Amino acid sequence: MLNELKVLSDHGRQYISDLRNKPVSERFRGRPVISGEITSNEIKEVSAMCPAMAIDSRCGAIDLGKCLFCNECALMLPQRISFTNDYRISANRREDLIVRPGQTSQIRPGEVYIRKEVRHLFSKALKLREVSAAGDNSCEMELTAAGNVNFDMGRFGIEFVASPRHADGVVITGPVSENMAEALKMTYDAIPDPKIIILVGTDAISGGLFAGSRALNRKFIDEHTVDLYVPGNPAHPLTFINGVLDLLGI
Amino acid sequence: MEFYRLKNNPGAVNVSDIPVLEYDAFTEQTLTLLKKREHHAVDYFTTCTGNKLRFFILIAGDDTHTIYLYSHVQDRNVKVLNSLTAHHYPMHVFEREIFEEHGILFVGHPWLKPLRYPNERADRNAAMSNYPFYTIESEELHEVGVGPVHAGVIEPGHFRFICHGENVLHLEIQLGYQHRGLSGLFASSRNMLHRALLAESIAGDSAIGHVLAFSQAAEALCSFIPPSTLQTERIVALEMERIAVHIGDTAALCGDVGYQLGQAACEALRTIVINTMQDWCGNRFGKGLIRPGGTNFPLSADIAGHIMEKLDEVRKRFGNAADLVYNNTGILSRFENTGTVSLAQARHLGAVGVSARASGLKRDVRASHPFQAYTEMKYSPPALDTGDVLARGYMRKLEADISFMVIMKLLDTFRESGSDISPKPDYLMKFKPETLSVSLTEGWRGEISHCIITDETGEVLAARLKDPSIHNWTMLALAVRGAEISDFPLCNKSFNLSYCGHDL
Repeated sequence: MLNELKVLSDHGRQYISDLRNKPVSERFRGRPVISGEITSNEIKEVSAMCPAMAIDSRCGAIDLGKCLFCNECALMLPQRISFTNDYRISANRREDLIVRPGQTSQIRPGEVYIRKEVRHLFSKALKLREVSAAGDNSCEMELTAAGNVNFDMGRFGIEFVASPRHADGVVITGPVSENMAEALKMTYDAIPDPKIIILVGTDAISGGLFAGSRALNRKFIDEHTVDLYVPGNPAHPLTFINGVLDLLGI
Repeated sequence: MEFYRLKNNPGAVNVSDIPVLEYDAFTEQTLTLLKKREHHAVDYFTTCTGNKLRFFILIAGDDTHTIYLYSHVQDRNVKVLNSLTAHHYPMHVFEREIFEEHGILFVGHPWLKPLRYPNERADRNAAMSNYPFYTIESEELHEVGVGPVHAGVIEPGHFRFICHGENVLHLEIQLGYQHRGLSGLFASSRNMLHRALLAESIAGDSAIGHVLAFSQAAEALCSFIPPSTLQTERIVALEMERIAVHIGDTAALCGDVGYQLGQAACEALRTIVINTMQDWCGNRFGKGLIRPGGTNFPLSADIAGHIMEKLDEVRKRFGNAADLVYNNTGILSRFENTGTVSLAQARHLGAVGVSARASGLKRDVRASHPFQAYTEMKYSPPALDTGDVLARGYMRKLEADISFMVIMKLLDTFRESGSDISPKPDYLMKFKPETLSVSLTEGWRGEISHCIITDETGEVLAARLKDPSIHNWTMLALAVRGAEISDFPLCNKSFNLSYCGHDL
């Protein structure tokens, strides 16, 4: 009994009370800022270096749907590119993940693009079925962490469920392998309408490093409307939770 | 005996110095070497040039700290070879892989089935949907299929149980859902940073173990010896990864038996470890920290102090939590004698890593083939002998304790010596031509190995990445034999094998 109390008192209060504004470490790489002064030569150089091909070779914009947050572009051009620790980078339009030179505005899901029924039906409880479709298990672990004692997204009625029949939407991680394509479709089909689709992590959003691999089959992603994009390598639990809260208007 | 003896880890050898044996001599030599208990097959793979297939085998000598390397060559259209698996079971995954990719039938292989349905497979008619499961005809038996999508937020794989009532007679595991073609992308990559990012994605929970294995393999190809501070950083990172996962797995084991205090306390402790990693390198999984030739996140006295302070707190608190967990009779009754794999079975299967050590098989790269800062330490791996869920769980506690000690010792030395700052990564290193490099690390699951082979211009000709999971999936299948099917989640969690690491 004393041991239990000891563990409990050591444990203390882990719960993050304000998930919207919780500061994370300075070194965390979230939303990038690109200087408007970046020259076309610098853009050419840095976009050729980017191993994820996330930097537009003409305008120098960084696509967070492709970015692996490896920080090499910021190291190459420290005066021009830096990654802030702003983790609220989820969006509901693919193009909103593209950060342009000179842009300092934050990234938020656009209110007008949220389907009416999403807030109407899910803002008090959102049950999600997660499908890992060739994910590397880092996004999966971060999604599990989103429900743990620290992040506790369950307080908003948001949680992962085992059966697609109990779910209001699907959360997809991984670049979607050919071998997982059918199971993903079957899981989605088993979820009752109306339902939402959330893509978590760079791999899911664009295929990431695997975009050119013949072992992928991204037909499902191409054919469906995505309600929320959650970038990251892996996506931080706070990126996911804040994105979902913004989507639900909580 | 005809082999090349590699004495260093990582090590490199001229491809022309690796002996080519006739297949019969190759078989005989392999079986002779593998008879010795201190030997095990690290890897067996093929490379293709022109119309020839060259088969390389790597056998680790744990007692001699060496790796024996040799090969055989066949025509590309070879259709039949005698199976090594028929005489030495751990070869089964390698022969299945070669069978799947090149259509070679291994005569005498007891279980020549597809391994992961890669995009480039020999038999295009073989499909995930028609995997040839083992079946037993009986009115008293039933089959239970689980997956690929599981109840929790985990990776996909399919488990097919044959049950008699509640008891499992047989479990067959079908993988391949996670195949992303990573090995192929890695071998065809012409960019060092790109390769490092791929290595970090082999298994996200072992990002550090894999990118370290890759960095070592690359460095061995240009005779780069990491300075001691860099070695310290790498081992601190590797052991932090181990601590984080071991504590996380303890939480998950508690969760599987409904012990919420243990689960919540350990989840919170894992969070501290990975957040400390994030304070160091900006990523909770350590992605971006380890690179060939150097690092972008050199340790400073401040960061070293921060890591020591946080880990000291976690060590104490995890000690208390583990005391609670492993003295709880309810938990012990669920963990003890559940999912037992005996030492004889572990040895027969060629098990590696923490699961092997839980069964008494002391196989650990840190001791047998020391790398980085381990070359200066006499690492002695702990082991248990019951091979059940309790042993695999308690190993996490024992290993985390040692990891804390290793980190503290390394960081103490770092702070006292006022060490140099590590170099920046070198993405432009030139590889030696026609060379094969071998690099092993002990990830938290077990033995990771990477091989890179270069052509006459020093470009990468072939690469081979191996996650320890590939050795251990059959252990899980054996662990649940005779158990109640309801014990499966607990057994699965106690191994926590990688699906994506298997499906490369």
